[in-house]
Amino acid sequence: MFPERFTFSIADWVNAWVDNLVTNYGDVFRQISDTLLWAIVNLEGLLRATPWWLMLALVGGIAWHATRRWVPTLVIVGLLFLVGAVGLWDKLMQTLALMLVATLISVLIGIPLGILSARSDRLRAVLMPLLDIMQTMPSFVYLIPVLMLFGLGKVPAIFATVIYAAPPLIRLTDLGIRQVDREVMEAINAFGANRWQQLFGVQLPLALPSIMAGVNQTTMMALSMVVIASMIGARGLGEDVLVGIQTLNVGRGLEAGLAIVILAVVIDRITQAYGRSRHQASQ
Amino acid sequence: MRGEQVSKIVIKHVFKIFGARPDAALAMIQQGQSKDQVLAATGCVVGVNDLSLSIGAGEIFVIMGLSGSGKSTLVRHFNRLIDPTSGEILVDGEDILRYDREALRNFRRRKISMVFQSFGLLPHKSVLDNVAYGLKVRGESKAVCQERALHWITTVGLKGYEKSYPHQLSGGMRQRVGLARALAADTDIILMDEAFSALDPLIRADMQEQLLGLQQSLHKTIVFITHDLDEAVRIGNRIAILKDGQLIQVGTPKEILHQPADEYVDRFVQRRVANV
Repeated sequence: MFPERFTFSIADWVNAWVDNLVTNYGDVFRQISDTLLWAIVNLEGLLRATPWWLMLALVGGIAWHATRRWVPTLVIVGLLFLVGAVGLWDKLMQTLALMLVATLISVLIGIPLGILSARSDRLRAVLMPLLDIMQTMPSFVYLIPVLMLFGLGKVPAIFATVIYAAPPLIRLTDLGIRQVDREVMEAINAFGANRWQQLFGVQLPLALPSIMAGVNQTTMMALSMVVIASMIGARGLGEDVLVGIQTLNVGRGLEAGLAIVILAVVIDRITQAYGRSRHQASQ
Repeated sequence: MRGEQVSKIVIKHVFKIFGARPDAALAMIQQGQSKDQVLAATGCVVGVNDLSLSIGAGEIFVIMGLSGSGKSTLVRHFNRLIDPTSGEILVDGEDILRYDREALRNFRRRKISMVFQSFGLLPHKSVLDNVAYGLKVRGESKAVCQERALHWITTVGLKGYEKSYPHQLSGGMRQRVGLARALAADTDIILMDEAFSALDPLIRADMQEQLLGLQQSLHKTIVFITHDLDEAVRIGNRIAILKDGQLIQVGTPKEILHQPADEYVDRFVQRRVANV
């Protein structure tokens, strides 16, 4: 038995802190929540209003632009058609909307943070353990306070997803920039390139494969959060998996599960293809 | 030998200490302690040790030494890719250590360019864009960039390769791109850090030939780093020999070959004679 006099608990302190946050800054969080909700509801509305054939054509177009090959493009379109065929089209669009918003926020946060962390070893030393925590902390732990701050539904689901999905993008952006050849950096420095020219002319383009691998990882991790997100009231494919579990309807759960896998495969192939830069592809 | 020209680059008592305690190390080395003693006492490495030099306008000045002698460190002081721990560096009589970031950028854009041992080309840009890089960075118009870059690509013998990417070229061709990039920037001074060392002997001889040919019409101030005495003698108007960050001897190739200052220089010369 661990001696009693050495024990302590941070639970009360954390509770007080979160309570304080909710009472004093509730309005601010409500506002953030409303803005986000507005964005995602509109995106979802747009995706669901788009006729299915137009959607398939669009995805097909993007897939062809990314891969420049017919077989993967047709497989991607075919798989999505299959999801529609089992009656999950609407839910697929809801999940897609959630994922797109979560990925967009992750990119907006992740890439700048990755760039800063590549620039400063000190920031990196602080950031990396924090990212470890974000990735390993069981998501239910931060779901509770997020729920208290933002209420039930899509918005907390997005926040939980971003916390879980942004770290790999930050890491891979940092890595990609740090891996740019030292002599190339020295050379452009010797020709008097300023920071802006270094970043946008050389570092980001050369780090692009790594950054796209990060975006790919982020989307994959966002998808893996879909079921958990549905537990706090986000609609979509995860909801069907959840209902499948609750009603012991294995078939329904499997259908939705496979639809999630298909969405993952589609996004994975497209982002990976963009990660291979043009002249590498020609090598 | 050319007459005494105007000095283009002058450095006075330059020290460069790498490590966490440069002040302590600097004090020790100025009291005459050796590089090894400084390393043992402070953990700092002495890169350049009390070096003074003057490089004339329009000459090819070769800095020679074994690896670790501080020659690549020294040449990076001339465009401040490395800042000295102590000392003065004057280019055209101006103290470049006083430059702020903006002035330094301007200096690098207009007055000094560099060719690197492993080329330092941008892998995601075509030969044309690589050669035009210096011009683009300083904000020249697209037409000027294109015109100048094409001119220098032709001059170094790479016509027809403008649209290729660096990875599609051989080592010798890549270094021609590096050379064209430095020439296109149209600076008075060109630093060449072991520019030909990574090339095989025949291509290397070609490149030396080409450099000498170009220099006849261009009259740039070229600071050339090498570890090869043959190369130094072949292209240098004057040669400086470095050891452990210290200057051992400066002179014309003739002086180096016939009156080596000490045993270290003599060993270089003997090896060359043995090779011949």
